[in-house]
Amino acid sequence: MPTVGVKRDLLFKALGRTYTDEEFDELCFEFGLELDEITSEKEIISREQGDSKASGASDIILYKIDVPANRYDLLCLEGLVRGLQVFKNKLEAPRYRRVSPVNGEPQKLIITKETAAVRPFAVAAVLRNITFTQERYDSFIELQEKLHQNICRKRSLVAIGTHDLDTISGPFTYTAKAPGDICFRPLNQTKEYTATQLMSLYKTDSHLRHYLHIIEDKPVYPVIYDSNGIVLSMPPIINGDHSKITLKTKNVFIECTATDVTKAKIVLDMMVTMFSEYCSQPFTVEEAEVVYPDGKTCVYPTLAVSVQHCFVLCPPDSESTEKIAQLLTRMCLRSRATGVGDEIEVEIPPTRSDVIHACDIMEDAAVAYGFNNITRTTPRTYTVAHQFPLNKLTELLRQDLAAAGFTEALNFALCSQEDIADKLGKKISETKAAHISNPKTAEFQVARTTLLPGLLKTIAANRKMPLPLKLFEISDVVLQDETKDVGARNSRRFCAVYYNKSPGFEVIHGLLDRTMQLLDVKSARGEGYHIQAADDPTFFPGRCAEIFVQGKSVGRLGVLHPDVINRFELTMPCSALEMDVEPFL
Amino acid sequence: MADTGVVEALLRRVEKVDDGVDSLEVATSLELDHQVIVGAVKSLQAVGDVISAELRSSKHWELTDEGREIAEHGSHEARVFGSIPVEGLPQSELMKLSFGKIGFSKAMSNKWIRLDKAHEGGPRIFRTVESIEDQVREKLLLLQKGNASQLEEKEKNELKKRKLLSEVTVKTYWIMKGNSFSTTVTKQETELTAEMITNGSWKEKKFKPYNFEAMGVAPDCGHLHPLMKVRTQFRQIFLEMGFTEMPTNNFIESSFWNFDSLFQPQQHPARDQHDTFFLSDPALAHDFPQDYLERVKKVHSEGGFGSQGYKYDWKIEEAKKNILRTHTTAVSARMLYKLAQQKFTPVKYFSIDRVFRNETLDATHLAEFHQIEGVVADYGLTLGDLMGVLHQFFTKLGLKKWVEVGNSGIFRPEMLLPMGLPEDVSVIAWGLSLERPTMIKYGINNIRELVGHKVNLQMVYDKCGWTDFTFRM
Repeated sequence: MPTVGVKRDLLFKALGRTYTDEEFDELCFEFGLELDEITSEKEIISREQGDSKASGASDIILYKIDVPANRYDLLCLEGLVRGLQVFKNKLEAPRYRRVSPVNGEPQKLIITKETAAVRPFAVAAVLRNITFTQERYDSFIELQEKLHQNICRKRSLVAIGTHDLDTISGPFTYTAKAPGDICFRPLNQTKEYTATQLMSLYKTDSHLRHYLHIIEDKPVYPVIYDSNGIVLSMPPIINGDHSKITLKTKNVFIECTATDVTKAKIVLDMMVTMFSEYCSQPFTVEEAEVVYPDGKTCVYPTLAVSVQHCFVLCPPDSESTEKIAQLLTRMCLRSRATGVGDEIEVEIPPTRSDVIHACDIMEDAAVAYGFNNITRTTPRTYTVAHQFPLNKLTELLRQDLAAAGFTEALNFALCSQEDIADKLGKKISETKAAHISNPKTAEFQVARTTLLPGLLKTIAANRKMPLPLKLFEISDVVLQDETKDVGARNSRRFCAVYYNKSPGFEVIHGLLDRTMQLLDVKSARGEGYHIQAADDPTFFPGRCAEIFVQGKSVGRLGVLHPDVINRFELTMPCSALEMDVEPFL
Repeated sequence: MADTGVVEALLRRVEKVDDGVDSLEVATSLELDHQVIVGAVKSLQAVGDVISAELRSSKHWELTDEGREIAEHGSHEARVFGSIPVEGLPQSELMKLSFGKIGFSKAMSNKWIRLDKAHEGGPRIFRTVESIEDQVREKLLLLQKGNASQLEEKEKNELKKRKLLSEVTVKTYWIMKGNSFSTTVTKQETELTAEMITNGSWKEKKFKPYNFEAMGVAPDCGHLHPLMKVRTQFRQIFLEMGFTEMPTNNFIESSFWNFDSLFQPQQHPARDQHDTFFLSDPALAHDFPQDYLERVKKVHSEGGFGSQGYKYDWKIEEAKKNILRTHTTAVSARMLYKLAQQKFTPVKYFSIDRVFRNETLDATHLAEFHQIEGVVADYGLTLGDLMGVLHQFFTKLGLKKWVEVGNSGIFRPEMLLPMGLPEDVSVIAWGLSLERPTMIKYGINNIRELVGHKVNLQMVYDKCGWTDFTFRM
């Protein structure tokens, strides 16, 4: 969930009234948002970097507001205020209009075929006769950053460039060139660099270095030129310094380059709908033409308004269709009841790209209605409950094993390769383990194939506890299995260990006997269970036996090998038992 | 209980005196170690008011090691005198004896012996008197017998200066008759025995009172893990509410079931390497229900079922990638798909099992945790139904105030309709972690103290109260 920080006093000024913190918190809740934190720049710096760094910082009060992940229209002050004013019936939701330039000649952005190799899409638009103030300018920059971090997926899907149109002249060309052939003065630098030099320059830039990987390995880098060969930007890394916008900028050329054209259109719509408010003709946006390599021309911004006819699904209580339509209108979704049954006609503005189904409309209706105002009902769904048989057996066994004096441990399903192989005297290739490709540390290399290492590590962490230590765990391990769609399956295991000054094989053996008694399996060769000597590198030679149930091996028990004990940083003899649970279902 | 003979001997002594007797004197007269008498006093005190004993401390002279040697063998000067024959002894011979040096000078000053330096064959020592009286030894013997009063303070101090005597503080009891004094004592029994029950002797016995202030002995027992106990509790609530348990014993899941089937777009940040564990072996899943897969692909890339879709290039390669499931909703998706393949009947499902996130670890986040999930599928379920079911669930838990412990909602049509569920069926669901409510219940702040091998087993032994499962939040 993105968090948007806005200056409280600016917000109140725009809302035309003040609120107490509690009142504003309540308003946010009603609107489906959450006032996450009330703070100031000074407080943030002081918390993150210490009081000394914060001394000069601003102590203007900031509201940090949590916004739902797909509500890009609420990522800046302008959008928040517009949404809240409409919600409070103080403003009618604006209709955004795409207009042709006065001279009839729209700005052109020509895409060349070279871009196909790196970043094939671009869209553009113009904000004409805009008036910036310091606050508006800051918000304009901040919105680009917020969009970059969210819908643009850290500029990988879409990158936004904004330019002072009066410093450049179209038509513009969006092409891709070898990095050595691109040379310009980037934003806030004093001299020109080639793209190759820029990539190494920004290696150490705390902000830009995160975006370099997007194009770094490509043979060509994307670049936008004006008709005089001036570089507007090298997306998705940096703009040119030449066309940078200032407080004095009157006309803004916005381009978005992308690998996902749907998202590029949304991002462009978002930029222009939010800031066209400050144009001399508010909520109008001047169109731009984008010419694709195949000659096809598209006009942007899309600013599409879709009209959806939907039926009231899951109505909150039994509100009338008219009432639902009113609620939706307050959520910036102009609606009216058509009179045909429960049908509502809803106008979805370009700011609401998140509305892709009637259910999204109904969600907004529920938000506006207030979740807490919904009458709780009990579904009449009649069902008979069943336990999952394996879990039922596990629950019964756990209770009785604790009653037998053993204490339950709970260990991680992920561990290192060493834990399940080397430390137990086995080879990793024999374990049938599932391997993780992107573990952040060795603790998460594999899914465990045995419960024993976890229990031994639990003992190692509890060496100061009085002896004997008697532990058990019943849980799943994971084994590769080609017969499954994912190539692996869980296997439920029961493992127990006895750790004391003497090995206590008889204690673990007794626990096996007790477990078999609980499982209604008699001690007998053939029909029942029996154990017989086995060789296993985990166990001390001659002190390991295999457990057979109806002639099938289900596990092993024995006295652990001293090498195993040492590798788990233990000092005392230890006997252990591990067996499958599933054969007893 | 002290030796009965000693106790009775002590009582007889106490009987003879009206104003009491000192325990040390009793010890001396009975020729017993003082500690034996002290033991008898203590055991009599425990019996009741047979005697009254007052603790006193007194100064007392005691022989040092050297003093005891002298009391036994005589003073050094006396031994020097005794070792000199009538014909005398060369000085060099005398000095070879252990007491020679000290004894020589003392015997000289006592004028018991003389030294002839000019004697031929070297200096020689001769007796000057016929016999001597070894007063030092006499005095020490007196002291040793406890007759210190027969010596003057000056004499005692002189012996102390010679380090033959030291003054010690002795704690003794002044013993007098108690209110229920008697020379015979009935021994108090500590415990009832089988023998007493058999022969009926318990009727005559007196029993030592128990100390009810002391703690009992901890029972030798096994324990269930606190998190698993809370899991059992949640499981019970679901079963009471008629929810059937889903088979969640498949930690490894394909991206298809974990994300795509839930209408989670392929560029979603949750599908990032930073958030999800991907598998290198087995890396890819296969055998998807082909028709269903096509419908999922379509709803993502083109829309359908009343949705505009996400309009992006959906890739099967992405869906095939195996991961460790990030939520148990992957299993819910499999169950709902399975349900859609039959004639629809309403269901209520639940599960509580492990899920995995490749997250940055901190005090409240681990790479794996348990997810609790509830799902209801029926015709025409509403938000009111969701709120109602949640209310019932949390009321059963004893949760009075709603807090943010999880998520809930109605599954999207883009998820349900491609599965083949009827259009008028809606599915409500909610989920929360098992760890968070457990940490709140047991007052644990760091998740590592609850889960994994680093837990303190003492915590597992102690965190066991659960009759009142009410969260305080």
